[in-house]
Parts: sequence; C-alpha cells; structure tokens
Amino acid sequence: MKTKSNIERLLEAGKFVVTSECGPPRGADAEVIRKKGALLKGVVDAVNVTDNQTSIVRMSSLSACLILKEMGIDPIWQVVCRDRNRIAIQSDILGAAALGINNILCLSGDHQSFGDNPKAKNVYDIDSTQLIGAVKQLRDDGKFLGGDDVKEGRPNLFIGAAENPFGDPFEIRAMRLGKKVRAGCEFIQTQGIYNLEKFAKWMEMVRDLGLHEKCAILAGVIPLKSAGMAKYMKSSVPGMDIPDELIDRLKGVPKEKQGEEGIKICVEQIQRVKEIPGVRGVHVMAIEWEEKVAEIVKAAGLSPRPE
Amino acid sequence: MIVGNRKSLEEILELVKPYKKILLLGCRECITVCAAGGEREVGVLASELKIARKKEGGDIEIKEFTLERQCDVEYIDQIKPFIDEYEAVVSMACGAGINYTADCFPKKIVLPAINTTFMGVSTEQGVWSERCQGCGECILHLTGGVCPVARCAKSIFNGPCGGSANGVCEVNKDTDCAWQLIIDRLKGQGKLENYEKIIDIKDWSSARDGGPRTRIREDLRLN
Repeated sequence: MKTKSNIERLLEAGKFVVTSECGPPRGADAEVIRKKGALLKGVVDAVNVTDNQTSIVRMSSLSACLILKEMGIDPIWQVVCRDRNRIAIQSDILGAAALGINNILCLSGDHQSFGDNPKAKNVYDIDSTQLIGAVKQLRDDGKFLGGDDVKEGRPNLFIGAAENPFGDPFEIRAMRLGKKVRAGCEFIQTQGIYNLEKFAKWMEMVRDLGLHEKCAILAGVIPLKSAGMAKYMKSSVPGMDIPDELIDRLKGVPKEKQGEEGIKICVEQIQRVKEIPGVRGVHVMAIEWEEKVAEIVKAAGLSPRPE
Repeated sequence: MIVGNRKSLEEILELVKPYKKILLLGCRECITVCAAGGEREVGVLASELKIARKKEGGDIEIKEFTLERQCDVEYIDQIKPFIDEYEAVVSMACGAGINYTADCFPKKIVLPAINTTFMGVSTEQGVWSERCQGCGECILHLTGGVCPVARCAKSIFNGPCGGSANGVCEVNKDTDCAWQLIIDRLKGQGKLENYEKIIDIKDWSSARDGGPRTRIREDLRLN
C-alpha cells in the first residue's frame, strides 16, 4: 500500500468499494458539510468532495475535505485544472497531504461558461492526464514539476481520475483511460451510467487493454429524482447518455412516486454493473440527495461496509 | 490572418464625443481581408459618424486614410505630415496596429474602433475561424495539424474531455470538438498510434505567459 487511503486498502483486500460524493455549500457554513457527512459516514468507504462543480463558486473542496476528515470520513479531494496553474496545484497537493487527505481525483473541470462566472479567465496550464502524472511524480519520485526535490515529506495520495464512457469519440475512450493509467492513475470513477449496454461495451474495451488490472474501475451511478431531472440531464448535461426507456419508466409512475422509482432503478443498475467483470466498486452520486445513499447502498446489498 | 470586429457605432460615438476633428485610419492588411477595417470600412464608418453627429446637432471633420500596414515603421510615417491637424486618431487596424500608431505618436490620442479577436482563417466567404494562439511552440505535428491550444475550449493536450458529444464542443454547439477532429485526422492518416502518446506538460514560457515577446533577426537589421 502506497498511502493511508481507505479505498486503496479495501481494493487491495479485494473488496468491492462504495464511494459517494458531497457537494460543498455556496456559503461558509461548515454545518452543511457536517450534516451531509453524517448521512454518509459508515455508509460508504470514501466521499468525494467536488471542486466548484459546473463552475459555480462554492466552498473550497480542500476545506470541505478537512471538515469530513475531522468527522472520521476518508475524503476524495477533487481537483480541477480550470482554476489553478501548476504552482498552485503542487502547493495544494502538499497542503492536502499535510492535512491528512489521502485521495485525489484529477479532473479537467467543467468549462467556466456553464457557471456563475462565465466572464472568468480559465487556466488549464496542465490537463487532467498531466495532473495525474504530476501527483505521481511528487509522490513516487519526490520531484516537483520544475525538477527540484520535494524536501520534507512526499504527498502520499491515492491517485484517481474520472472517465466518461459515453463521451465521443467512443472508440478511443478506453484508449484515453489507458493514457491516464500510464500517467499513474490508480482508480477511476466513471460518469453516471444509465446506458448499461454501452458501459458493458466500454468495459470490454478496458479489459481488452488490461486496464482493469492496473486501475480500479468504480462505476458511477446517479439516482434520478424524477422524469423531469432525467430529461434535463439528457438534454443539458454534456456527455450524459440516458436511454428513453428509463425516462418512460419514470414517467409511468405518479410524480410523487418517481423518486422511489429512481432509487429502484439506481439499485438495479448497481447490481448489474457489479456483475460486469473488472468493475471493482460503485460511486453513488446522489446530487443534493445524500440522505438516500444509505438506502441505496443497503438495497443493493452492499451494507454494512467492511471495516 | 488577424481577425477583428468593428466596435458598435454607439461605442465609437462615445469614444469620439470630445472631438470635432479626427483622423480615421484604416489598414490594408489582415483587417481589410476580414472586412473590418480596410478602406471600404473606413468610408462606411466615416459616413455613419458624420450622420450621427449631425443628428445630435453637431459636426465632425473626418480625414479618411488607409495605410498599407499600421503595424510597420515603413508605412506609419505617411501620416506624420498631417496627424497634428487632428485632435484624435480612430484606428481601424488590429490591436497591433492600434498600439503601434499610438507608440509612434505618443502625444496623440489614439482610439480603437476594432476589437481584435483571433488569428484564423477564412473558411468560406464571410466566415472566419480561429486556428492559432501564437503560443511559441508548435505541436501540430503531434495532433494531425489541429491545434488543441487554439481550438479546444480548455486547451487540453490529452483530450477529449468528457464533454465532447457528436463531434461538438460542450461549450458551443457550433464549435467542433478539436479532439474529435484530431482523432479523425490521425485515423484518416493511419496515425492513431500518435494518440496513444501522452503529450507532456507544455512550456508556456514561449507563450504570452513568459512576458511580451520580441523577435530579432540580427542579419536583417540595418544598424
């Protein structure tokens, strides 16, 4: 084991891991994080903290990670390349490790035009694949990107990234994952999966390249609250592939029961992705619906979590 | 070429508000080709300004003049004999030309009539699109001749990001995903193995990030 990460430990022990996420608030109230954390503690093995997702200004991911850490949760610190150059990113990596953060998720980040500051300048000094390499270099080689030695303490972070099996062009999506794995990526959380057939095909490509043996694939699921949410995500969230039959299934039940149906769908999806060879865990993204994660994990037969 | 758009008439009127005598200065280079600030556009803007000023009950004297290049010491001197007769220069060159006119006549008020946008190409009559950001270290040999710096909204070197769908960029449905273009190009050339290579972190010091750039060819200098 390279790090003190809970998910690295469980993956090494051959366990099927469960992660979830927590979006920081649009304010400075730590209680919001503590409440979400309380809903997830013991329910999942690690909790992602998003980094100004959809480019909307929120409490910093690292700060929210520390709040979760203090509660005894193992946070996965999400870092986007949109807002920081290599100086800031390397500095934050050292800082995160010093605060006891064990996991990093390296992302390019949503373009700022989606958020509340569309007039902002973006950075993209490095991209997500290069960020993976940077973390690995700091950790394993003890070298900064500028070439100097890391003097006092290497940042021991378990290195993760995201991949969207449904992004185009489909044929290179596994190849692109291969680049991330070669750069040093040790776990992957996928975009929310609704099109299971396509996901299974992607996993086949991943297995053909042997990537599932070098990197733990955690399948992403997002419970749908309503047919309206499903339609919105299909039309407005880039790279989201939601088959019409799922939307029809939600539409087929009364509005007040659609949330329940969405959870049922999510549980079925978890059970199905679990059977796909090479899938080593699930990442449950219950967006502003953290209170349902325990129910989903339990119904999927994944409770209690291993010690 | 360098591409730009003329500012709105309202904005230019506001800029020239204090002045009654202006020199409207076009350029015959890129800004003529992209139909924003050549002789023709100088004529159009001059008429628009005069009509608008008249409507306000005022008057404006405008000298129309278009230089071969506003970005070149060789040509800029042509306005020297008469520039002092005017209170201000309204430049219809690209940003480089506007800067240079102002540099050469530091006491003169030089006002921009053009918003310079990008270095690009004309793909069809009336359509221009960005191709280069002048980063100072070309990698087009790695990417099938499609520049990720200029043509990817995130300038990522190991794309595409998760937002690429049906060949289109997540930022704008009218913009091609540069990485889709790169992959299609490499595939067509039988060079998809190029895609497998991780492109290293870029040295941005050769770009604007390293500070304003100057190029000197000692062999061409006269003194």
